[in-house]
Amino acid sequence: MRNLTHNRESRKWLESLIELMLLFSGLISSLVMLAIFVFLVYFTMPIIARGDLLNLMSWNWRPLAGQYGILPMAIGSLFLAVSATLAAYPLGLGICCFIHSLGLRSVARFVLVIIDFMTSVPTVVYGFVSAFLLVPTLRQCFEHGTGFSWFAASVTLTVLVLPTIVLVIHTQLRQLGSESRLTAIALGISPAQTLLWVILPQASRGLVAAALLGFGRALGDTIVSLMVAGNAPQVPHSILDSIRTLTAHIALVVATDVHSATYHSLFLSGLILVTISAMVNASIRWIAGKSGAG
Amino acid sequence: MVRVSERLFVAAAWLSTLMTLAVVGIFVGSLLYRGLGTLGTSLLFGNVPIINALIGKLPVWHGIWPAIVGTLFLVLLSSTMAIPLGLASGIYFAEYAEGRWKDLLSFAVDLLAGTPSIIMGLFGFSLILFLRKAILPGANVCLLLAALCLALLVLPYMVRTTQVALESLPESTRLVGPSLGLTRWENIRHVLLPASSRALLSGVILSVGRAAEDTAVILLTGVVANAGLPASLTDKFEALPFTIYYLAAEYRTPEELDRGFGSALLLLVITVSLFVAARMLQGAFQREWQ
Repeated sequence: MRNLTHNRESRKWLESLIELMLLFSGLISSLVMLAIFVFLVYFTMPIIARGDLLNLMSWNWRPLAGQYGILPMAIGSLFLAVSATLAAYPLGLGICCFIHSLGLRSVARFVLVIIDFMTSVPTVVYGFVSAFLLVPTLRQCFEHGTGFSWFAASVTLTVLVLPTIVLVIHTQLRQLGSESRLTAIALGISPAQTLLWVILPQASRGLVAAALLGFGRALGDTIVSLMVAGNAPQVPHSILDSIRTLTAHIALVVATDVHSATYHSLFLSGLILVTISAMVNASIRWIAGKSGAG
Repeated sequence: MVRVSERLFVAAAWLSTLMTLAVVGIFVGSLLYRGLGTLGTSLLFGNVPIINALIGKLPVWHGIWPAIVGTLFLVLLSSTMAIPLGLASGIYFAEYAEGRWKDLLSFAVDLLAGTPSIIMGLFGFSLILFLRKAILPGANVCLLLAALCLALLVLPYMVRTTQVALESLPESTRLVGPSLGLTRWENIRHVLLPASSRALLSGVILSVGRAAEDTAVILLTGVVANAGLPASLTDKFEALPFTIYYLAAEYRTPEELDRGFGSALLLLVITVSLFVAARMLQGAFQREWQ
């Protein structure tokens, strides 16, 4: 009897110990984000304290002349992410409609497999193929610059974010579709009509979330823009101009400059990126959390 | 009577699907066309005899063997750090955390999952700057640091797949343990974890694939083009994705460009195989429980 109580006591003790360890792991995983943010702020503070913020928030990147403006890179990131999302979104929506009800079922399954395949392609491989296939083609076709351009990066990123957009919209359409398909058939409405007038208007949540996720993915990419956008720190005047994104800027400064003065621009760039991607993620969560009509 | 707008809608759906298939076809086709011929022992080891390269007796300069070993080390090290932590956190989120507390912590993990990978690299880089200033003047970017940052990158995937796997088990399975008088942890340990083992393994494989393909993180944390085989945890290293990036920018001979295509194809084959394995396990898990 005494032995049994003892056993129960030790089991209880072990149980609490394990719960404590799991709690601890959960806390670490959650605190990583905070730690990253704190580090970036910690390294950005001296800039503000010294009054260099205006220098960094300017339009000229000429390290030798003491000008460290990162606004061209911020614009570059924004333009590139927006253009890639704008190109990928209609494509993704079209593919989802095809998979969902317009195309043949066997073809639709094949298309989904291809989309899955696209998610597993390493970014650097997209960049590589783009640099030796797309860039030379652009150079020959347009005779404007080297081909390393906003346009080249935009096309490559479109391919990169497309599966993200497709999978989010597809998941939502599948949920809604199973509810309304039978009703639509009973009413004698064609699949295209059902999709266009019944399902898509209900799918607004997934449609917005897909756009936001695609944008976040495009904004966060480093390798594609580093490999094919040309990396000139300037505001582009044409889509065939070279641009530099914030992410590529971070990689380039760490790789090439040993000057600690240029390091400051790193942390501010990082802070801007983290802030924007956090805002994008928070909006996705807010949209997903809203109850009511899907 | 089909209206014009609906006709256009159907045509647009067909067009976007066909365009995407064509792009993927051209992409894979060109990679196979340029890369398939280069696959072979000379891609890996250059002109060094295989045995000597494998045991590290002779350095390999004209092959990607050191990069492959570097990537293997990175994946092993980062998995060692991320998998136990990710599993434990996932179990905590699925089985212990509740209410607002759970929402708050999950949100932090979601944010981490959505953070651009170069930020993890920048975090590692600033960690070194901090260490140099604070305690270790000799601290420098290295294999261990890169593995740590990669671990941070894959951690949220690990947490999320574990949590989803456990939460998707049916109620009847979750009640097996309690009905037999098992405690909460005993139920997790002897019922829930074994029941979801396939999905958990699938999450591990996906994380490995993510760690193997990422370039941005290692770019800031010590990867170089000519390190040879990794000698220690505190040395600089080579890695397969970086080799591809480097050869694209800095190739000098047609052979080096061929090596780039070969490496790109090899990395693609590796990540796609991992992905297929993960999907098959996930599929088996879903057939078993849903």
